Formats: sequence, structure tokens, C-alpha cells
Amino acid sequence: MSLTLLTYLVVGFTFALYIAIAIATRASSTKDFYVADAGVHPIANGMATAADWMSAASFISMAGLIALSYNGYGGSVFLMGWTGGYVLLALLIAPYLRKYGKYTVPDFIGERYYSDTARVVAVICLILCSVTYVIGQMKGVGVAFSRFLETDYETGLGIGMFIVFFYAVVGGMKGITYTQIAQYVVLITAYTIPAIFISLQLTGNPFPQLGLGSTLAGSDVYLLDKLDMILVDLGFQEYTTTLRGSTLNMMAFTASLMIGTAGLPHVIIRFFTVPSVAAARRSAGWALVFIAILYTTAPAIAAMARLNIVDTMQQSDGQALLVEDRPAWFENWEQTGLLKVEDLNGDGRIEYTADPETNELTKLDNDILVLANPEIAQLPNWVIALVAAGGLAAALSTAAGLLLAISSAISHDLLKSTYMPSISEKAELRASRIAMAAAVLGAGYLGLNPPGFAAGTVALAFGLAASSLFPALLMGIFARGVNREGAVAGMLAGISVTLLYVFQHKGIMFIPGTSFLGGMSPNWFFGIEPNAFGVVGAVVNFVVAFSVSRVSAPPPNEVAELLDFLHEPSAPAPKAPPGASH
Amino acid sequence: MADDKNVARRQLFAAKVRSLMLRLLIVWFVVSFGFGILLVEPLNEIRLGGYKLGFWFAQQGSIFIFIALIFIFSSVMSRLERDYVDGGKESRK
Repeated sequence: MSLTLLTYLVVGFTFALYIAIAIATRASSTKDFYVADAGVHPIANGMATAADWMSAASFISMAGLIALSYNGYGGSVFLMGWTGGYVLLALLIAPYLRKYGKYTVPDFIGERYYSDTARVVAVICLILCSVTYVIGQMKGVGVAFSRFLETDYETGLGIGMFIVFFYAVVGGMKGITYTQIAQYVVLITAYTIPAIFISLQLTGNPFPQLGLGSTLAGSDVYLLDKLDMILVDLGFQEYTTTLRGSTLNMMAFTASLMIGTAGLPHVIIRFFTVPSVAAARRSAGWALVFIAILYTTAPAIAAMARLNIVDTMQQSDGQALLVEDRPAWFENWEQTGLLKVEDLNGDGRIEYTADPETNELTKLDNDILVLANPEIAQLPNWVIALVAAGGLAAALSTAAGLLLAISSAISHDLLKSTYMPSISEKAELRASRIAMAAAVLGAGYLGLNPPGFAAGTVALAFGLAASSLFPALLMGIFARGVNREGAVAGMLAGISVTLLYVFQHKGIMFIPGTSFLGGMSPNWFFGIEPNAFGVVGAVVNFVVAFSVSRVSAPPPNEVAELLDFLHEPSAPAPKAPPGASH
Repeated sequence: MADDKNVARRQLFAAKVRSLMLRLLIVWFVVSFGFGILLVEPLNEIRLGGYKLGFWFAQQGSIFIFIALIFIFSSVMSRLERDYVDGGKESRK
């Protein structure tokens, strides 16, 4: 059977599964639509959260980002940042918002700061960060289709939109939850199988997490030592020690990703779907378990695939690879444009070096590391088909979660809570379906015509969430004295400072040539790169919010009552029967 | 009197929660920002198999510890809440 046919079969089967789940679990009330009737088991919600969270970027690009763009150790910012945020979420945010018990993040901000203005500002921040995020997912769907199924980008995007449209509009949160669980299973299988085989081939250890710290099969040289040595020989810096920028930049980058993670609405609302506060805490732990399976495998794929590639480029006699000796996978991926070779000095060999003047592997795309893995490891075709289905599952599950966050902000926070309070339950459910349909179409349109700023999208989403929503939520839960004026001023100040810094270095709306301080690192504030700036925006938010609160009227008594309620010990989960583990 | 007692119990509960959070967040900071970034160079002198220890914390160890922190938080909080409710029953006797 040809690879393309097999890929169609595997991807077609997974899509049929998602649709079947959506029909079986369709939403019949607004509570179903927004929070799946708060009846999701904590482990199931953990799995759904993991799929919601891990996007096309985590699945396809992260390993390459770590290994190539950030040269190994520098990429740790993503690994620690995108997992450490869950500790903040589990300790400081999710249990309290679950206790609050309403449907959306702006709901809480509106009530806690007793203000429609605060609610609308939160909706704007939410839409800004979710829309920038969803564009990346729609592009991921189009790209995955065009690479694996040989359709063009537009067709791929159209099919992806149709699938999301179907299960998100029909199923709401309930349908999304159960399809996300299926999507998690597909994506984690697709990610780990090639990793296990590569680890086995290189080190003899089936666990990539252990293989990364093992010796190479048939020798007593450690894999990471060998990688460091080869890269230094080729003129690169050491894999295991090279900083990204400075120590301060790495701290700021990690912190921005952590607090951005804990402030992303599409992740937070997942914790509204479990039955109790205790379940929300436990569920965050499970979410991180399921996320960690991929996130601890990714650095192993990064190092192992990089080693495989440099090994391919070096022949056993120490000479560079002959152009005509390129393996089949190499030529396959050259056709997609992700790999490019130019024999600059005409010696018939491909020299891979750190020096752009002499490097003849002129293009080595980050995505290659995950996408070409099965072929490099000479795995059967069904594994390649599975990787295609996995990449699509990652993109679709994240897109659906984001679209739900956007549509519920519109139908619930703008219509029901702010502008049309008299709307009936039935009409609100219909409005939420219409908002969802509009959000899917809007996201599809932006995927087809990506605006100029799409290049930096996902990183920007974290900066925006970190600088606007996370501080507003944290102060809303823990700082009794912060009032309406403080919260609104803080959110606006935080998000403006972050946007301004990103725009001044990367161009207004990322339009090339409009950056007024240049993208150059000498102009960076204490050497902090724009993607790492969210934490500075968050500090600005806190300072402004506390200062403004001090000079304006204190919050009314209802706020103190709300906080008393949030911090009240909730009814404990029934004691587990003897012998049962928790 | 009963009210005073309840207020005191609530304050004790809140203090216990705060101290639990603080301790867990200190560990959270130390394993990631501390071991993974600030102290990475001295820790890299120590080896864990083929891993330099600082590198291991940055790419593997911190993640495992994060998971443990959340489950510890979840189980200690459940215990604190159970104690609080049990204590409430006793004081009504």
C-alpha cells in the first residue's frame, strides 16, 4: 500500500472517530456547552487539558526549536516554562476559579472587580491572546495536510476547519473534551513510538528519557558527550551548556512562559469542567503528567535527531557526505523545501558547519527533527502515517479549545453579562453556537490570509496572557485591596508595555521596517529578548494596579465576601475506602 | 464565643495553606530557576550518568519535581480541609 493511501486511511479513521465522539456527546444546555456540565473526571480532564495545551508547535516544532534554534541547553526555557506554569496554575489559580464556579475567565474578573469595564478589558485581552494563538494552529493544520497528504494548503485548512466546525459547534465544551481525550491518545502515541525506536537504535534503552543520559550502543561514550564533541568540531557551541542570550534572559524567558501558561484562558476554563475544587487540583497534576510524557521525550528527540543528522553528514572516514550518497529520506525532505543543500565549493561533498560562509546544508528546518524521525530511524510506513495524524490531532485539539474560549467570551461575557442580561438560556446557547461558528470561520480566514504579525504569534500570546490576565487573576484571588480602577489600569498598562516592546523591536504589528528601535540585541532592555518580555509587563501590571488602588476608593464589601468564599475550605472529597489508592 | 473560635480556626487554616504554598513555591523556584539556570554551571560538574546535573534539571528533573509538587499540594490540601471539617464537627458537640 502506498504511503499516501495509508496516511489517508489513518488520518481518515481518526477524523471519523472525532466526529462520532462529537455526535455522541453533543451539548444540550449552556452549562454543557461552556463547562461540560462540570462532570468530567479529573484524570479525563487532565488528558483533555494536555491535548488542549500541546499545540502543533509543541508536537512538530519544539524538538527542532530546542536542538537547532536554541542549540540544546538554551531550549530548556521552553521545557521548564511550559511545564512550570502548571505549578502556578494548580496552586494559585485553578482551584480558586473552580470554587468561584462560573463559566469564563472574564466572568470572574468582572465580578471580582465589580465592573463591566474590567470584564470588557479582560475579554479584549482574552481575544487578543487567543486569536494570535489560533492562527498558528490553523496554519499548522494546513501545513500538516500539505506535507503528508499532498493536498494544497487551502484544501487542508478547509478540511481542518470543517472538522473543528462540526465538533465544536455541535459538541461545545462537552464534545471538545471527549475529542481532546481521543486526540491526546493519537498524538502521544505518534510522538513516542519514533522516539522509542530512535533511543533503542542509538543507546539500546527503550526509554528516551534514560537513553538521553546513556552511552551509545556498542561503545562507552555518552550520547551527550559525543554530541558536544561533534558539534564543537563543526564549529558550533557545546550542546549541553550554551546559554540563550544571558542568564537573565533565560530567567525572564522561563518566567514569562510560566506565568503566561497560568494565565491562558483556554487552559484555565478546562478546570471548570471537573466536579469539585479538590478534583481541579488533582486534575492539574494529571494534566502535567500527560504533558510531561511529551515534554521529557522532546529533549531526547532533539539531541538524538541532531546527532543522527550530523552523523549522516559525516562519513566514517571523517569526510563530509558525498552529494550523491544522500540517503532517501534526505532527498524526500529536500523536495518539501525543509532541507536544502548547496555545494558551494564544488567538491561534491556537503559540509555542515556553523559558519554561514562555508556551510553547505543551507536549510535545516526545525520541523525536520520530528517529521523526518520515522524515516531516519527506518520505521515502517504506518508510523509515518501516525505522525501525520498526531500532528493534526495536536493542532485541532488546541484550535478547538481556543475557539471555545473566544466564543464563550463573546456569547457569555459580552452578550449575557454585559449587553443583553435578559437573554434566555436557550437563546444564549444558540448565540454561543453562532459565536463558535463565526470564530471558526474567522480563524480559517486568518489562517488563509495570515496577517503580518502571524510570524511571532504563539510567543506573543504568552506575553499578552502573562502581562494582562495572570496578574489580574492573581491579585483578584489574593490581594483584597486591589480595586476596579487598579485592575483596569494594571491590565491596560501591562499589555501596552509588552506590545510596545515587541513592536519596537519587531515592527508595528510585525510589519518589517516599522520597528523603531531595531531588532538588534544591543537595544534590548537589560538584554531581554522581546519574546521574554511578558514578565516585565506583568511586573508593570502589579505595580500600576497596587499604586492606583492606593489612591482610589477601596473595593466594596461584596469583594471581601467573595474572597472569603473563595478561600473557605471546601467540602473534602469522601475518604477513599481502605486499600484504594488516591 | 463559638464565632470567635470559628474565626480562629479559619485563620489557622489560612495560615497553614499559605505556608504550604510558600514551601512548595520555594522548591518550584529552586529546581527550575535555581538548579536549571542560576546554579547550572557548578551543578554541571556533577554527572548523573551521561547527563551533566544542571542540564538534567533544566531538561528533565525540574519537570518531574513539578509533577510531585502538584500532587503533594493536592493531597495535603485535602487533608487540611478534612481536618478543618472534622474539627468543626467536634466543636459543635
